[in-house]
This record gives sequence, C-alpha cells and structure tokens, in this order.
Amino acid sequence: MKVSIYRYNPETDREPAMKEYELDTQGKDLMVLDVLNLLKEQDPSLSFRRSCREGVCGSDGMNMNGKNGLACITPLSAVAPGVKEGKKPLVLRPLPGLPVIRDLVVDMTMFYNQYEKVQPYLQNNTPAPAIERLQSPEDRAKLDGLYECILCACCSTSCPSWWWNPEKFLGPAALLQSYRFLADSRDNATEDRLSKMDDPFSLFRCHGIMNCVSVCPKGLNPTRAIGHIRSMLLERGV
Amino acid sequence: MVTSVTSLGRNGLYDWLIQRVSAVVIAVYMIGMLGFLITQSNLDFDTWSAFMGSAPMRIANTLLVLSVAAHTWIGLWSVTTDYLTSLTFGKAATKVRLVVQMVIALLLLVYVLWGLLMIWGGA
Repeated sequence: MKVSIYRYNPETDREPAMKEYELDTQGKDLMVLDVLNLLKEQDPSLSFRRSCREGVCGSDGMNMNGKNGLACITPLSAVAPGVKEGKKPLVLRPLPGLPVIRDLVVDMTMFYNQYEKVQPYLQNNTPAPAIERLQSPEDRAKLDGLYECILCACCSTSCPSWWWNPEKFLGPAALLQSYRFLADSRDNATEDRLSKMDDPFSLFRCHGIMNCVSVCPKGLNPTRAIGHIRSMLLERGV
Repeated sequence: MVTSVTSLGRNGLYDWLIQRVSAVVIAVYMIGMLGFLITQSNLDFDTWSAFMGSAPMRIANTLLVLSVAAHTWIGLWSVTTDYLTSLTFGKAATKVRLVVQMVIALLLLVYVLWGLLMIWGGA
C-alpha cells in the first residue's frame, strides 16, 4: 500500500512536504499506528507520538485521510474505503491548527492553555467532611459521557471555530471538561465558572457543526455538553 | 474571559439570544408575506399600498428591519472576528477588522434609518 506522510523538520526543512512510502501489509487490516511503526523501521527519522497503543493515553491523535482520530485504534479499513486494499493511499497529517514541532508531532500548548482556563478540578468551599464528599448514584450518573475524555485534542483541532480563535474560543475539549465540573453535585463554583464563559467567544463561538462529535475516539458528545452550559447560562441570565 | 466591545451586547448570551429571536421574527415575516402574496390573485398597487400602509404591517416591517439589522450585525461580526484576524492579516488585522466592522455598522444604520423612513415617513 501507499502511505503519504506530512514531513517537516524545522532544523533542516524550509517548508513541510508530503513524503511517499510503500509498505506491504499482506492484506492485513492493521491499525494505523502499526503502519507507522513499520515505516519507522524503514525510516527512523519519522517522528510521531504514541504511548499506550490502545486508545487510553491520547498521544497519537492525528489526521488520517482528512479525519482526526487515534492512530492506535483506527484500523486501515476504517480510515477510508480502499485504503486497506491499497487502492487508495493512506494520508497522514498532524492535527490541524496546532504548530508542528516535527512531522506528526504538534505543540499542544494552546490546547492545554484552554483546558487550564476552565479550572478542571473540583471546587468546594464548604468544610471538608471527615472521609469524603458523598454523591448519589443518580448524581454520579450525570458525569457519564463527560469524565471519559482523554485530552487527545482530536475534537478541538477539528473545529473551525477553534482554528480561527484558538486563544479566545475554549474549544470542545475544554468545554466538555467545564461541563463535567458544572454537572458535578460536589462542585459549588458554578457561578464563577459560568460567569467566565458568557462572553461572545469562550463558549458562544460554537456554531454546533458537530465536527467534535464526529471525530471523538471515545464517542463523547461535546456539542451536547456545550448546549447544557448554554442552557445553564440562559437560566442564569434571563 | 474575553472582552469584546464591538459585539452587539458585549455578551455572548445576549448576542446568541438576539440572533435566535431575530431569526424567528424574520421567518414569521417571510411566511406571512408569502401567504399574502399567494392568496392575492390580482395584486395591484392599491392593494399592496393599503396592505403595507396598515398599522400591523408597519409594525411588522419595523420589526423586520430591526431584526435584519441585528441579525446581520451579529452574523457579520462573527465572520469578521473569525477571518479578519492576525492569522490572515498579521499586524494589520485589528485595523482591517475595525474598518470593515465600522463600514458594516454604518451601512446597517443607514439601512435602518432608510427603512424607517419608508415605513413611517410616507404617512
């Protein structure tokens, strides 16, 4: 099969270029990360991040034939029709919208800055109980679909609103995490959290195109979480 | 967290709400107008003039003009803050964005005043 990979080494290259590789997969439906590992044997200069290789760490988020996802849990057959059979090339690029450090490795600082802004930790200014803050099973269930985010950045880097305003719009990943704490019965910083998001950018730059939902490798729904925050702001402001 | 002095309400929730309310006003107006045009088999100037000169239509037209202006401003403000940024214009971005926003704002103001003149001036 043919593989086309975005290559850029700022120390030696004037500009990025796509490099073509040939690989014999023997018709196997390999994961994209397996393909990258095999290619790295051919060309040790090829750079990409990976760690757990089972969709838990979120290190190998990349753009595969135009769609973001985790290379380790994306089989060739799921990238695009014809890729596994070698009829179409596998095209790998770094996550869009982030500065490229080298090849498929991107600088995630902007992404983490937005994550930090939503204060992704439990805040409660009431006296701490002797053992732990209890939560009913019903309240705990409200966190399902929110806490599972692994911060791979596939969603935020597929969002045009975030491409254009990565420093002002929080992006789907940070907003999902924001709602994870707004929805938590043990957190009582709701007012403070909401008051930081009612400007025209932080939350409201989301136009609901749902790219985030379509690419999330964990099957989460940031658009729904954003809708919930919007409803909370509406209840508070009307 | 982000300060925006040129957005309509300087507040995301306000702009978002106005955008939706104005869209509903425009949609209801369009459906009503379409209904009127379909039911009129022989539409002549007198019928049209009497229809548009009636008090309910004057109010509806005023609401339409204001809704279109607010809707346009919020929409185009989003477009200018998405595309006329330092990513596309470098250091000149703020000047470009401000000039474009002011031109749009003045045109919309003219549109509103002109519209109000047409709706209420010919009485």
